[in-house]
Amino acid sequence: MLDTRTPLVEMNDISISFGGIRAVDRASIDLFPGEVVGLLGHNGAGKSTLIKILSGAYRRDTGSIRINGEDANINNPRDAKGYGIETIYQQLAVADNVDAAANLFLGREIITPLGTLDDAAMESKAREVMGRLNPNFRRFKEPVKALSGGQRQSVAIARAILFNARILIMDEPTAALGPQETAQVGDLIKQLKSDGIGIFLISHDIHDVFDLADRVVVMKNGQVVGSARTQDVSKDEVLGMIILGKVPPGATAGPGAIAG
Amino acid sequence: MAEQQAYSANIHPSKFAQNPLQRFLMATEIDTRLLGMIGALAIIWIGFNVFSGGLFLTPRNLWNLSVQTASVAVMVTGMVLIIVTRNIDLSVGSVLGVVGMVMGVMQTDILPNQLGLGLGNPLIWVLSLVGGLLVGIGIGALQGVIIAYLRVPAFIVTLGGYLVWRGAAWWVTMGRTVAPMDPTFQLMGGGPAGSVGQRWSWVVASIACAAILIGLYTGRRQRRRFSFPLRPLWAEAALGAIGCGLTIGAVWVANAYPWPRRIAENYAAANGLTVPETGLFISHGIAIPVLIAMGVGVVMSFISMRTRFGRYVFAMGGNPEAAELAGINTRWVTVKIFMLMGALCAIAAAISTARLNAATNALGTLDELYVIAAAVIGGTSLAGGVGSIAGALLGALVMQSLQSGMVLMGMDSPLQSIVVGIVLVFAVWLDTLYRRNKH
Repeated sequence: MLDTRTPLVEMNDISISFGGIRAVDRASIDLFPGEVVGLLGHNGAGKSTLIKILSGAYRRDTGSIRINGEDANINNPRDAKGYGIETIYQQLAVADNVDAAANLFLGREIITPLGTLDDAAMESKAREVMGRLNPNFRRFKEPVKALSGGQRQSVAIARAILFNARILIMDEPTAALGPQETAQVGDLIKQLKSDGIGIFLISHDIHDVFDLADRVVVMKNGQVVGSARTQDVSKDEVLGMIILGKVPPGATAGPGAIAG
Repeated sequence: MAEQQAYSANIHPSKFAQNPLQRFLMATEIDTRLLGMIGALAIIWIGFNVFSGGLFLTPRNLWNLSVQTASVAVMVTGMVLIIVTRNIDLSVGSVLGVVGMVMGVMQTDILPNQLGLGLGNPLIWVLSLVGGLLVGIGIGALQGVIIAYLRVPAFIVTLGGYLVWRGAAWWVTMGRTVAPMDPTFQLMGGGPAGSVGQRWSWVVASIACAAILIGLYTGRRQRRRFSFPLRPLWAEAALGAIGCGLTIGAVWVANAYPWPRRIAENYAAANGLTVPETGLFISHGIAIPVLIAMGVGVVMSFISMRTRFGRYVFAMGGNPEAAELAGINTRWVTVKIFMLMGALCAIAAAISTARLNAATNALGTLDELYVIAAAVIGGTSLAGGVGSIAGALLGALVMQSLQSGMVLMGMDSPLQSIVVGIVLVFAVWLDTLYRRNKH
């Protein structure tokens, strides 16, 4: 039933090389509206690279990207944002020296009729969004540098939802967070999912994503080992995919699966 | 008031201050680092005044100090943006030199003779200034494109520029000094004629005071509109009083410095005035180059704080990758910063050539170091992302005060260099300590 709808994202046969090393090798992956797909693999498996191609940070060598069934031309982060793709990066891509509101609106500032920055309006909107996301957040006037990892992460997430993302990419979304903040992010993901947003969760730690994801896709050495619905496989089987490249019965094998 | 108590976040943090000084600083939201610099400046001024036997804090010296600071002050506002984005510009002194030569040749030869406008034509100073600005912006654009698009480090590009533009300045006239400047153009350099006089100085002071008060009022109204914590009323009043007091004091000093006796007598003779027994007292008022520098300071502060461009500059300095990923065209922003720097060099060149009443190929030598030093003393971090126009202007004033004071005390020029060098390192060390304690 799921497969009859048009996927939100289809990446087909994507390859990219860096100085002779194939970081991503003919990888294909898709995402449906309201679906959470966990992209798993060891460090260096190529998952972050693959997803950076979608977010426009890298340019693919070969392959095609379709958004809502139509060919998409993504060459830089601005193009990706044009397609409603928002990314929350592993290294918490916020500008440390400016405050939360400035980060939320970076690149898309609210402007007064005179063409100047409307700081009051931006801060007011920031307070509204952050209030929904993290009601305890109070430090609007301080540079983001002064915030905790969880607070910075909520700034990054608020930034994505503020601009009505349809496709959300979260690279190690909970790696820098404590248990309580991780639970908060989990709730948030469920909320975004019910709004019909498609989410890629990227992680090397299966425990981070297994309970949140509808489907997992495992990568190894730049190739897709296979994909499976989380209801059809166990955590141990997925671990086997990550470590050995062995595809269990409940999963669909990809080009990177070991024979047998 | 009821609304304020409804949200705990809406109480101004100064309510939690422990002692009166802390409460004052928090309530007025004055940057403590800026305050420290003002304190340092006060110590320098008072110290030099004592050691020079009361020569430093005279209207005459302070007025001269303001004019001497103008050229570096104009350039430092651009250098802040460059250093904030983790770049550097070593070529500003040489760019000033070559642009000064171009403007000099334009107004002494090209416009009056070759284009036949004739000496003294009112268009000459305008066209020279526009020509100089275009050359400055062009040089900045060229260097900016090489830095941003060809990915050559700014240090190297502008080090090359330092040599190229100094050489080009010599090339314009084969090393000949160009003089004299157009009489209207000369007004940009200050002097008795290049000052606005008593009445207009007070007009400027009134406008500045009005701007301060209106700024405080609209700021307060904006905060109320979005129910942000308000500064206590007494703090607003104190800020207004300090701002207006400093403005009025500065204008009073500028007005207390009279024209030299001979010039005043000539002026009296030309205008049929009778010279009283006690001598004719005609105030200089604020010098035009100082007005230009203040105007540039206001405009650059506005650009850095209230426009998208300024926001991008600081975001790029804080995290270049995040800025790029946020969809900012960081390369084009870099080019624009260097173009702005070029334009500011041209304005500084106009001030310097007008003040000297000549364009020489050595004009602006070592200015790059004074400009960078002023920016750094003014709190601009070479690590990027941190800096303010107001701080840098104060930094320029500190540097010039040191130099001017040492000249007044009759210190040898090698010793002056030694002192300036030591002060620069010392100031940056203090700043490092301050920042470390803050976090």
